[in-house]
Amino acid sequence: MIEIGLGHYLTLAAIIFSIGIFGIFLNRKNVIIILMSIELILLAVNINLVSFSIYLQNLVGQIFTMFILTVAAAEAAVGLAIIVIYYKNKGSIHVENISSLKG
Amino acid sequence: MLAHSLFFYFFSTISVFASVMVIVSRNAVYSVFFLILVFVTVSILFIMIGAEFLGMIMLIVYVGAVAVLFLFVVMMLNVTHQITKRSSRQGIINNLSVGLIVGAIIFLELLVVIGGWKYKVSFIPLSESNLNSSISNTHAIGSVLYTDYIHLFQVSGIILLVAMIGAITLTFKKKENVKRQNYFDQIQRDKESAVSLVEVKSEQGVKVDD
Repeated sequence: MIEIGLGHYLTLAAIIFSIGIFGIFLNRKNVIIILMSIELILLAVNINLVSFSIYLQNLVGQIFTMFILTVAAAEAAVGLAIIVIYYKNKGSIHVENISSLKG
Repeated sequence: MLAHSLFFYFFSTISVFASVMVIVSRNAVYSVFFLILVFVTVSILFIMIGAEFLGMIMLIVYVGAVAVLFLFVVMMLNVTHQITKRSSRQGIINNLSVGLIVGAIIFLELLVVIGGWKYKVSFIPLSESNLNSSISNTHAIGSVLYTDYIHLFQVSGIILLVAMIGAITLTFKKKENVKRQNYFDQIQRDKESAVSLVEVKSEQGVKVDD
């Protein structure tokens, strides 16, 4: 319990990951908070990769964490741009009303 | 060692609390602030276990760019008043129960994986250590990233470029009533279309711009 090992970091990452998943279900109406939950999930993955990288003495985990960081930033930018144009067109961003493509 | 564990529990408690607050807070602005708190504490954890370069990069990219992007969007769209009223109570109960079940199942699965990993420490051999302690973390990452992973590095740059172009073209709006330069028209203009010879009648003049 006192000795902090790999398991502690992995458990922290698992908790944050589950909170992110739960956030997607909890905030069904607010697409911005859904995007934030996705960021939380990616953060949990980053914690996993970094802690494994440190405890296995291998740098590749940290390299891939940087790539995940890149993809997360790109995803946030494009997602928020989509939200902005949706708000411009419809005047609200309620997720459950976004069903124009249903046919 | 005691100090390390105390710091770990302190920061991990803060990050778990803040990530819960991200998803339960009614106001999206508060959610963004708690998201920033999560990122800061996790970057502190990264620095604690020795990945200081990634900790700093997390601060720069997440707190400096992504969280500010979220903040701008939340503030520009003026969505806070729409968010406060949630759906009907029945819908919340349904979402809550399904989400709790799915979240709990995923958490338990992850715990099983972690528990299994603990007994398999000797399974994956320690790699031949490109993580020696004589050089700094940043130096080590640079020496691997720019040699073995240079192509992935450049692909990630292309990903950022595509995201930038996508975001700009999505939100770019062409304004009416604004004169813009049209290069092709301007270059294609020649003497025949631009200049015309007019016979000027006496005492009448010419109408320019008919």
